[in-house]
Amino acid sequence: MPKCKNSQTLPSHFGLVSRRDFLKFCGVAAAAMGLPLSMGAKIAEAVAALKRPPVIWLSGQECTGCTETLLRSTHPTVESLILDLISLDYHEALSTPSGHLAEEAKKKAIAANKGKFILVVEGAIPMKDNGIYCQIGGRTMLDILKETAPLAMGIVAIGSCASWGGIPSSGPNPTGAVGAAEALGGKFKVINIPGCPPNPYNFLSTVLYILTFKKLPDLDNQGRPRFAYRRLIHEGCERRPHFDAGRFALEYDDEGHRRGWCLYKLGCKGPETYNNCPAILFGNVGARSWPVGTGCPCFGCSEKGVGFTAPIAAQASLVHFSTTGTPFKGEERVGGGRLCLTPPQTFPPIHPPEGHGPSAATVGVLSGLTGVALGAGAITATKLGKKETESDDKAGKE
Amino acid sequence: MVEESQPLGGKIVTKPFLVLAALAAVGVVLMLYRYLYGLGAVTNLSDGYPWGIWITYDVLVGTALGCGGYAMALLVYIFNRWEYHPLVRSAVLTSVFGYTLAGVAIFLDIGRYWNGYHLFLPWYVNFNSVLVEVALCIAAYVGILWLELAPTVLEGHQDNPKAQRARQRLERWLPVIVALGILLPTMHQSSLGTLMIIAGYKLSPLWQTPLLPLLFLISAITMGFAITVFESILSSLAFKRPFETPMIAKVGGVMVWLIGVYLVIRLADLLLRGAPVFSSGFLSSMFILENLLYVVPLVLLASPAYRANLRSLFVASSSLLLAGSLYRFNAFLVGYSAGPGWTYFPALPEILITLSIVALELMGYLYFVKRYPVLPKAEHV
Amino acid sequence: MGLSRRDFLKVAAGGSLVAASSFSPAPLLARESKARLPEAVGILYDATVCIGCKACMAACKEYNHLPPDHSTPGSVWDNPLDLSAKTYNIVKLYKNGTGQTKDQAINGYSFIRRFCMHCVDPACVSACPVSALTKDSTTGVVKYDKGACIGCRYCQIACPYNVPKFQWDQAFPQIKKCQLCDHRIAQGGYSACCEFCPNGASIFGNVQDLRKEARRRLALKPGEVAHYPLHRVDSQDVRHRIVTPYLNHIFGEREGGGTQVLMLANVPFQDLGLPPLPDESAASQSETLMHSLYKGMIAPYVLLGGLFYLVYKNTTKQDLP
Repeated sequence: MPKCKNSQTLPSHFGLVSRRDFLKFCGVAAAAMGLPLSMGAKIAEAVAALKRPPVIWLSGQECTGCTETLLRSTHPTVESLILDLISLDYHEALSTPSGHLAEEAKKKAIAANKGKFILVVEGAIPMKDNGIYCQIGGRTMLDILKETAPLAMGIVAIGSCASWGGIPSSGPNPTGAVGAAEALGGKFKVINIPGCPPNPYNFLSTVLYILTFKKLPDLDNQGRPRFAYRRLIHEGCERRPHFDAGRFALEYDDEGHRRGWCLYKLGCKGPETYNNCPAILFGNVGARSWPVGTGCPCFGCSEKGVGFTAPIAAQASLVHFSTTGTPFKGEERVGGGRLCLTPPQTFPPIHPPEGHGPSAATVGVLSGLTGVALGAGAITATKLGKKETESDDKAGKE
Repeated sequence: MVEESQPLGGKIVTKPFLVLAALAAVGVVLMLYRYLYGLGAVTNLSDGYPWGIWITYDVLVGTALGCGGYAMALLVYIFNRWEYHPLVRSAVLTSVFGYTLAGVAIFLDIGRYWNGYHLFLPWYVNFNSVLVEVALCIAAYVGILWLELAPTVLEGHQDNPKAQRARQRLERWLPVIVALGILLPTMHQSSLGTLMIIAGYKLSPLWQTPLLPLLFLISAITMGFAITVFESILSSLAFKRPFETPMIAKVGGVMVWLIGVYLVIRLADLLLRGAPVFSSGFLSSMFILENLLYVVPLVLLASPAYRANLRSLFVASSSLLLAGSLYRFNAFLVGYSAGPGWTYFPALPEILITLSIVALELMGYLYFVKRYPVLPKAEHV
Repeated sequence: MGLSRRDFLKVAAGGSLVAASSFSPAPLLARESKARLPEAVGILYDATVCIGCKACMAACKEYNHLPPDHSTPGSVWDNPLDLSAKTYNIVKLYKNGTGQTKDQAINGYSFIRRFCMHCVDPACVSACPVSALTKDSTTGVVKYDKGACIGCRYCQIACPYNVPKFQWDQAFPQIKKCQLCDHRIAQGGYSACCEFCPNGASIFGNVQDLRKEARRRLALKPGEVAHYPLHRVDSQDVRHRIVTPYLNHIFGEREGGGTQVLMLANVPFQDLGLPPLPDESAASQSETLMHSLYKGMIAPYVLLGGLFYLVYKNTTKQDLP
């Protein structure tokens, strides 16, 4: 339980959420962002002090999977939290009103909160033929986005589709689908939370970060928060020891697959996908609740140029991992593409120290023996000197 | 044949004998342990240093120290210097023990000893292997050495007519036995050097040369003479007998010549190959020490006046024995390296087993000189 | 003291027989390094393709029924430091400076697989006194027969790659080494390390084909996309990858008389722990010396005859004091 000076000032309930559960959630969010646990309290205070920041949620070419993943976060009941915490003024799937009423509400909310609301984009935006392949209320998604974006405090692209095009953009891309940042022509800073679906904590943590610190979290060159997308899945994978030991599943349901060996040979894209799946898992149901954990090779959903692009069975290859942690700018994929790894530390060197050196006892005994031998030799030599003179004397007498 | 030797007589079980027996007993227990738990249990041998002091000391140095019989036979029978004949028997005795126990040490050292007889089965033997030559030659020479010693033993049983007949028969075969007793050591002492040729780069260029067989042969012969001198002085001292000074002084003269030849070949070879004599760090120090030990006898025995001095004879022969031993240690252990990571230093049980073998050798020697006519009669000296 | 000139000459004649051949620069009985067998099989290992996944090590252990090897206390993982009686095959890491770039000698790293090189003219086979190590006359695989072995470990001294390993912890020890999975070859299979290599870093095949493949790779331009066969040199299963630079050297083509395992890398092979070896095999050097001295046992018999004559003459005509 995070310590909180003003915890007494927090209300006992946030809608359906108890104060206790709320603080717990803030702690989890702080941990997900890599912040110290005490930050959980700060987040809680920040959130409690806010008057339900308004959120406008736009949907383009999408499957609502990103919304669903948010709703499936059950510990604590996050759907209640976000509904009570934020003022979700417009969301096509979740709005109670529909049709003109909904559009009316959106207009009002935007007008009332100009420059204060958070714009969330879900789904890709088709660009071909002036964007006519996705229309809402008779207007193209492209138009709506371009109109809304300048008025928002911040823009968050949730899911791979909104981040870089996702499924709709995969070849041959008939509608010319692109991500939000590209649709806006790169004029606005967009935070990308890629994934199919993304982990809800990555999204919530980002929103809470903005609310708490009033600034954007540290982003990589693809606009992804570094706290979530800093490391390769391969680096944190629970099956990594099998990779290091060379134990691979060769086919689905073979001996190695059943025993939980590395899925690299089945085309796992963990070695080239940046995400924190193995660390925070999905759905709060315990260990192994993520694709690789269940025996399904990662297909790189959150990585542009990997997910929905590389063949699922294609193998990855190795390229050195940069020290900053940000991935290199995309090179053309060939075959399996690039696999980013630090040189492993678990290999024997070319000339490892081997064999057995002298022990103290051995050296002691040996030096003792040498001493005795030298002493005996010296005494013998001295004796011989004496004998020499004796025999000379004898010879003289004779 | 004129009787020129006599048994020393006296008690066999003396205090030194008991000390040696205790040492030997410790070794025997450790040997048992080695057979039960493998070589790794008692030795510091490893895959980088598969041959340790058992091969280097017990076999290489042991047989070289056992070259007394060979060197003296060469001098007496081939160069026809019969004045040295009284020294032959004691030299052969040291050889018998040196070689026999080297054979025992080999059976301690080889891992699959129960297959050891394969060395004598033609369908197993690989005649390209240097080790085959060494093993067969040493085995044959051990037999020859016992035959060479046999007349001495039979002579000890004067009142047994059978023994005397056998001795007479043996002496008829003496030229053959002696000729083999010279040929076999020539073959295997040189081949012991050839063993390391195949190690190639693993042996430092300070020792790795195609002349290894020649150098090993010459240094073995010098060690043979040195051990004869050394043993003569020590046995005279220990058993309070008169010294054989004039005779061993002459042996010293032969030694000087041989050391000279050896050093010239050794240095010429190094120069021709351009070996890094001074730039090899620790190996250079060992190399210099080894050759300084060769130079000591050369200086000490240079003039006939020095050679008559027992002390310089003793120091010179000790130095030469050390030099030859160090050469063998350097060529098989110190200068050998399987790679930069490997280290070897013998383990205590390994050393104790070697010591027990030496103790057995000395016990055998003591028994034989007291019981059988080995040492020259006093009036011969 | 001195020896008479006559005596000296007589003995010198005999002694020179032994010494002569070691002095002469080109001995008459010189044994050339052996030639490659046409049907020989081997492995091509390409360090620039290797990702260090150790699948070859795991497969090797499984198909040769080898126990785990523990180099750290605790005995949890199979983590050998080097080849041993429990490990026929190992992936080692070369690392220099910051170790950032793969296959680069300075500030880079490289993997290197070490296992039996299956020499064309193996020193171990030449050294083994009881023919426990033999070279297969068809496949050229260097095999070990524990039934013949006496455990002398001369093969360990002889091998320039330190491949044969001894069971130091056994009361009834054996020599252990890679035999190129000859038990699998006999059943129509091939080396497990190549079958399980996911990237085509190790490929199995006829040595002539492997040499061709190695030369093809050396001729590739870095940066271009090329195909690399997987598992076997003649495999239809190929993989495309961007070519990375190679050192223009095929290790094992000539080293020590040649090996049936060939290696490619972009870091000097000496840094990867492979020794610089002359083109002629150590076996040929040793055997030339041995055969010059002992061919048909002529020299020893002649020497024996001479010795016998001298001893006989000297013992019968001796003039004892």
